[in-house]
Amino acid sequence: MSEFLQYVLSGTTVGAVYALIALGFTLIYNASTVVNFAQGEFVMIGGMVTAFLFAAGTPLWLAAPTAIVVAAIVGILLNKLAIEPARGASVISLIVITIGASIFLRGLAGIVFDKQIHRFPAFTGEDPIAVFGATILPQGLWVLGGGAAVLVGLYLFLTRSIVGKAVMATANNRLAAKLVGINTNSMMTLSFGLSAAIGALAGVLATPITLVAYDVGVGMALKGFAAAMLGGMGSPVGAIVGGLLLGLIEAMTAGYLSSEYKDAVAFIVILIVLFVMPSGLFGPRSVERV
Amino acid sequence: MRLFSKTVVAGGLLLLAADPALAEIRIGSVLSVTGPASFLGDPELKTLEMLVEEVNAAGGINGEEIALIHYDDGGDANQARTLATRLVEDDEVIAVIGGSTTGVTLAVAPVFEEAGIPFISLAGAVSIINPVNPWVFKTPHTDRMACEKIFTDLNARGLSQIGLISGQGGFGSSMREQCLDVAGDFGIEVLADETYAPRDSDMTPQLTSIAATDGIEAVVNPGFGQGPAIVTRNFAQLGIELPLYQSHGVASDAFIELAGESANGVRLPGSATLIVDLLAEDDPQHDVVTAYRDAFEGHFDEPVSTFGGYAHDAFWIMVSAIETAGSTDGEAIRQAIEATTGWVGVTGEFNMSPEDHMGLDLSAFRMLEIVDGDWTLVE
Repeated sequence: MSEFLQYVLSGTTVGAVYALIALGFTLIYNASTVVNFAQGEFVMIGGMVTAFLFAAGTPLWLAAPTAIVVAAIVGILLNKLAIEPARGASVISLIVITIGASIFLRGLAGIVFDKQIHRFPAFTGEDPIAVFGATILPQGLWVLGGGAAVLVGLYLFLTRSIVGKAVMATANNRLAAKLVGINTNSMMTLSFGLSAAIGALAGVLATPITLVAYDVGVGMALKGFAAAMLGGMGSPVGAIVGGLLLGLIEAMTAGYLSSEYKDAVAFIVILIVLFVMPSGLFGPRSVERV
Repeated sequence: MRLFSKTVVAGGLLLLAADPALAEIRIGSVLSVTGPASFLGDPELKTLEMLVEEVNAAGGINGEEIALIHYDDGGDANQARTLATRLVEDDEVIAVIGGSTTGVTLAVAPVFEEAGIPFISLAGAVSIINPVNPWVFKTPHTDRMACEKIFTDLNARGLSQIGLISGQGGFGSSMREQCLDVAGDFGIEVLADETYAPRDSDMTPQLTSIAATDGIEAVVNPGFGQGPAIVTRNFAQLGIELPLYQSHGVASDAFIELAGESANGVRLPGSATLIVDLLAEDDPQHDVVTAYRDAFEGHFDEPVSTFGGYAHDAFWIMVSAIETAGSTDGEAIRQAIEATTGWVGVTGEFNMSPEDHMGLDLSAFRMLEIVDGDWTLVE
């Protein structure tokens, strides 16, 4: 029984990281229908910048927000320098551009920082908390709390605030949004900045557990993308559920079946879900507008 | 160097007769200085450059300077093969040191074999020298020896039932196979056999499942990179009170730094480079290891690593072989390398033969334990 609980706790912690990355995908997808494959690099930037600032003597409470701001600026630059100039291009071309940006950012990080593995201390101690025979790290609670806070914040922002509604409007119909006076370009910039900040937050929260290096972005992006697809691309709730489910499936497979097939089982589940529900668990039912 | 001084005279005599005569001595190297294996290739290249400088400053080999022609393969075996061909055809090197990883080594070895160029690899797997390829040598211990060293220590502690948790990367899966293969010889039973992907960030499910297996007495973790650090942290988080063994793949100070307090009590087979200050004065490796450590740390302002040590040994074996051969003839150098016996390097004592192109035995490994965040010697 305590083993089952351990798998649940492990799966949820890892899943919460996936969920945060999936949320980043969701945000940019909603604003532009572009899947931003550079999302994982924001996670890396969040972790690396914090680790280096901390190593240089900056206190953690200052290093972490700085890293998030740096990532947000990189996100905005990515939009301004790479996505916006290619505005007229098809979505596929834009996605290819984000893959290029991802490779570029990874290479740059390898030069600006280094190629070693880094970490910084957990926010509130390293002693595991015992829960009915299983354990969770205090940092795991930070990751879970961070995921929940971002979800609530994002939900309120997109549904309650006028700017959030403008982002949604831009996503639904760019031309119509322009006609009612929404500056669609700033909405794009805003969503890239926000999405990068959320990715960096995931990196900052997870690094004490998962460690960080210049090349962790690809793996992160892949898992986050899978989570977003599972939950339904474009749905914030779907991103969270997809992330947690993916983490749990991985942990259960590793624990009860075989760790060798952990990733395979996770991806088979995703394939089955997408066969039955092509737009994911919480995705909008696809209706082709003619 | 001093070990070979007596061969210089003989080499000088040979020089008169040898053809082609020594000119500038062109030694090639292909290393993974960037990319995922950069933690191997980076100290290896630094070591080679430092030693080339040292030998040239002292007058070179038999009066001829060494020119090191280096290419970075970025950890990519395809790229490495192209660069190897370039070393042979354009740069006309007479000998090659390199191949930071097993994958790269196996990809480039045929190129050098075909061209008749002696090649000393810096990669781990036993498959590089078994079966023996006349032109291919290596200086690092094999993963099979690491397993044997760990199992010897388990026997000494009276433990026999273990759980394996291995990385799925090349290093981890190769060592896992070797461990499973030799376990029987040591009366070791592998009761649990789990793996993790190289980029996994949480191994608590695997460890929970291992710990729940009846009769497990110790856990062994073949792998390198961030995986073993996370395994060690998870191991402590779960409060598992069993001995944990890591491999020589993480034998560096960076591992202690990443694993933090969880690293205390971890044992692993490592080379003498890690415990320079703990070596007894009369230890055969004491002088060579201290000299290498002081030279490297004086030169680069970064801690010496086991991996740079592989390049150190490969370089001196190659240099002495060229001295002995007294020419740039590939076959003569090859035979001289094969005849290396009783030479003590930082990795261990090398006794090569036509059947053994590595020449190390288990004594080259030291069983280390991490106590209070520092290395200690178990024996």
